[in-house]
Amino acid sequence: MSEFWYAQPAYENRRLGQVNSTPIPDFVQNFKLGEKDFINAGKASAQIKIALKQLGVDHVYLRRAAIASYEAEINITAHSRGGRITSKYFPDRVHIVFDDDGPGMGDIEKSISPGYSTADEQVREMGFGAGMGLPNIIKNCDILHIISEEGVKTFLEVIIYFG
Amino acid sequence: MKLKEIVELLEADLLFEDVDKEKEITCAFGSDLISDILMCTKESTLLLTGLTNPQIIRLSDMIDLFGIVFVRGKVPPKEIIDMAKERKLPLISTKFTLYRSSGILFNSGLRSCKI
Repeated sequence: MSEFWYAQPAYENRRLGQVNSTPIPDFVQNFKLGEKDFINAGKASAQIKIALKQLGVDHVYLRRAAIASYEAEINITAHSRGGRITSKYFPDRVHIVFDDDGPGMGDIEKSISPGYSTADEQVREMGFGAGMGLPNIIKNCDILHIISEEGVKTFLEVIIYFG
Repeated sequence: MKLKEIVELLEADLLFEDVDKEKEITCAFGSDLISDILMCTKESTLLLTGLTNPQIIRLSDMIDLFGIVFVRGKVPPKEIIDMAKERKLPLISTKFTLYRSSGILFNSGLRSCKI
């Protein structure tokens, strides 16, 4: 099992407390994702963006949340046997959790390096698989936490603060 | 630059008519890689691409697109055109390559989007 943490410098001191604490969100959305379901992939992230828009979140943070979520959603669709998204909304942030049914990543550090990809031909033909998914998530979130067990599952969570 | 001017310059077809042809397009970006498109478009932009799968339309739910120009003579299937209609997202198809299309629009004054 391997674990990876990333926090934008301004949020470094908040990461453990924020991720581990269990305050009750204002509301929660749940989504299911199917293996290689490229017809529906992206719908969950679009709904998350709509929810944030309805909450009055500034477009800068909407965009960051939508991109981070979309990349993670595509990763589940392209690489896993299926998975789930839970989006938790708080007054100052959104906390989005992605978990899938494997096969997981052997080496997270390698997977996050720009340009690294294990995508197959079908996925590449659709314009994915450039190895920029995880780097793009890092760029668009404030806190990222990944736990992966090779052969079993990947758990990924992001937090985006609204300012 | 207006949408209708782009259609003329690229000798292109609008894939459905119910769009605002007078719409002002301020910048453009071209790529066949979805992550690059997400990473490089920080403002509303026209997208030039050779990708014709449903995810190219889904992208417009995440980022602001003025419309999509399909290059190299590509025309997406009907269900993708329907997805764009629902979103009122103009679709244009040109036989020109990505390089040539970009060059024509750039030389005519359409700037690159901020990245």
